[in-house]
Amino acid sequence: MFEGLKKKVEEMRANRPSPEAVKQAISEGQIWKSIFRHGYPDTPRNRIMAVLSNVFLHLHPVKARHSGVKMSYTWCMGGLSFFLFLNLTVTGVLLMFYYRPTAEYAYYDIVALREAVPLGIMRELHRWGAHAMVIAVWLHMFRVFMTGSYKPPREFNWVIGVVLLVLTLLLSFTGYLLPWDQLAMWAITVGTNMARATPFLGFEGPGASMLQVGGVKLVTGGSDIHFALLGGHFVSEATLLRFYVLHCVFIPLTAATLMAVHFWRVRKDGGISGPL
Amino acid sequence: MHFLIHFINALFNPVTYFSASVIGFGAMIHYREKWTEPQFALRILIGVLAVLGLSMFNDHFREISTKPDNVPIFLMVFSVGFFTWLSFRQAVVNDRRLAQGQPPVEKETSDKKVYVWPDLVYVEFIATIVAGVVLMVWSLALHAPLEQAATPAWTPNPSKAPWYFLGLQEMLVYYDPWLAGVVFPSLIIVGLMAIPYIDKNPKGAGYYTFNERKLAIVPFLFGFLILWVTLIFLGTFLRGPGWNFFGPFEDWDPHKVVVLNNINLSEYFWVKFLGMGLPPNPLLRELPGFSLLAFYFIGLPPLLTKKSNFLMGLLERLGVARYAVLMFLALSMAALPIKMVLRWAFNLKYIVSIPEVFFNI
Ligand code: HEM
Repeated sequence: MFEGLKKKVEEMRANRPSPEAVKQAISEGQIWKSIFRHGYPDTPRNRIMAVLSNVFLHLHPVKARHSGVKMSYTWCMGGLSFFLFLNLTVTGVLLMFYYRPTAEYAYYDIVALREAVPLGIMRELHRWGAHAMVIAVWLHMFRVFMTGSYKPPREFNWVIGVVLLVLTLLLSFTGYLLPWDQLAMWAITVGTNMARATPFLGFEGPGASMLQVGGVKLVTGGSDIHFALLGGHFVSEATLLRFYVLHCVFIPLTAATLMAVHFWRVRKDGGISGPL
Repeated sequence: MHFLIHFINALFNPVTYFSASVIGFGAMIHYREKWTEPQFALRILIGVLAVLGLSMFNDHFREISTKPDNVPIFLMVFSVGFFTWLSFRQAVVNDRRLAQGQPPVEKETSDKKVYVWPDLVYVEFIATIVAGVVLMVWSLALHAPLEQAATPAWTPNPSKAPWYFLGLQEMLVYYDPWLAGVVFPSLIIVGLMAIPYIDKNPKGAGYYTFNERKLAIVPFLFGFLILWVTLIFLGTFLRGPGWNFFGPFEDWDPHKVVVLNNINLSEYFWVKFLGMGLPPNPLLRELPGFSLLAFYFIGLPPLLTKKSNFLMGLLERLGVARYAVLMFLALSMAALPIKMVLRWAFNLKYIVSIPEVFFNI
């Protein structure tokens, strides 16, 4: 009885497949082939396939102008902005697991993140990443300007870029309030006070007193754009919730959508710019 | 030493700071051939680092500049400086080539196409790792700050907006919130969006150059470097309690009193110039201001254009609509430095002031 088994094992040992054969079996098996539709990208065909068959890589063209992929030309700043945005999304989601946007908890949740997590750097990654993204976006705009890359046919992508710039600043600004410490509350107070002076729409703005119906003022401290922004007369818990939702949902989704448009247009406008 | 510190503090005030940055800007444009030489740039960098290092011996300066939230401002200042150098360096090199009838450097490789995998994906991969590591190290080294819990009961002094808005906050010294906080920011956004539609110059697309695009680059950089970046620096390091101006090595004394007796244009005109009282009718009272503004925005552009061959040529190239928008945006941008100078020279408060309806300019 054991003889038979022994023989069988011996046989298997003699016929054991080489590592190459194992590799081949995996890379030609159904699972692998269902994920990757091409071999290792070291031939022109496979390099093309690598880019075309991957949803992330296919944001790129298959081939690009040599001058356009040089770091001295783009400074990598658009890509860095995007990388920082991704970093902020990931760390932001992790922070959302712990943070509650109420006046009662917000500050202490941040304290807990600091005190209770050894070597915790999620908050740091998020805060410094946000500062860095603001700088990266400015520098990206600066380089696009200096290479004249807003010129036809790229005019509209520049406009989308300006909207992205504004959204980046708004993301940073709305996030500034969330730690709910003195710095946060007063920086946002200083910043949002401006809204009171919006022409026609703010109750301390020029023209607002002209908007009356039968002697009743339409724009008052309780109905103007400042009130709408803060959800009250002052920066308060209602403001915290408003800024939280804007910061975590509305602005990131808008920005992500516009980034998709932005990248799409870079390709449709003929790839990264270069001299004619 | 003590004397030197006092001397430097005394040198610093909004007037010298702003004038020096404008002169520096002019010099930067003019001497671009010189400072873009790597050797020369290195010397500037070493000089800046030495001054910064020495400044760190000052307790006040060290306290302000090592606040974790101010670290990004150094990152910004140095990276803006470096990339200004990098773009000007490449522009100067290209301009020399263009002057000799050669194509720009970028042209040498722009017709060659490379596979995105691996040539671009590889660069992106390395850049991601480097950026990730830098961010990690930064995060491990510096704790995100947290002050006391928010309370409406106690207002910190100074109360500053987030650093990237400090240029706007600085404008509040010269203009009311409806302009500095609402109208000008909107104009900045609209103005940026308008750039590709105003700039009809077909040259200089896709490579670095200065000579072919002077008219676009100089105003843009003036706005970015002088009216934005240096004002952020000023707002961070030189504005203290009460938004008063302090020297770089001057302690922030919350009781510092700065006498302000600024005067409206209406007072200058009716009281000082005509020697009569202010007219009770606000529209009549503000007539000089309104006239001045109307002249600035409506009368001045045609006048300047007629006088200058250069502007005339620009008008012909751009067409009336583009030219008018350009003029309006340029005059709006110039309104900030102009008001600054008027304030410093004449203590001018408002050009038009109708506080009854919050209409102050
Ligand atoms: C969240 C912000 C932004 C992200 C993630 C982003 C990303 C990118 C990326 C990855 C590229 C490819 C080339 C490169 O890296 O330089 C690009 C190109 C471009 N971006 Fe952005 N961008 C942003 C904001 C802006 C802003 C603020 C502007 C201008 C105001 C702008 C205008 C452009 C233009 C015109 C191009 C085409 C450049 C060329 O063809 O050379 N983008 N952007």
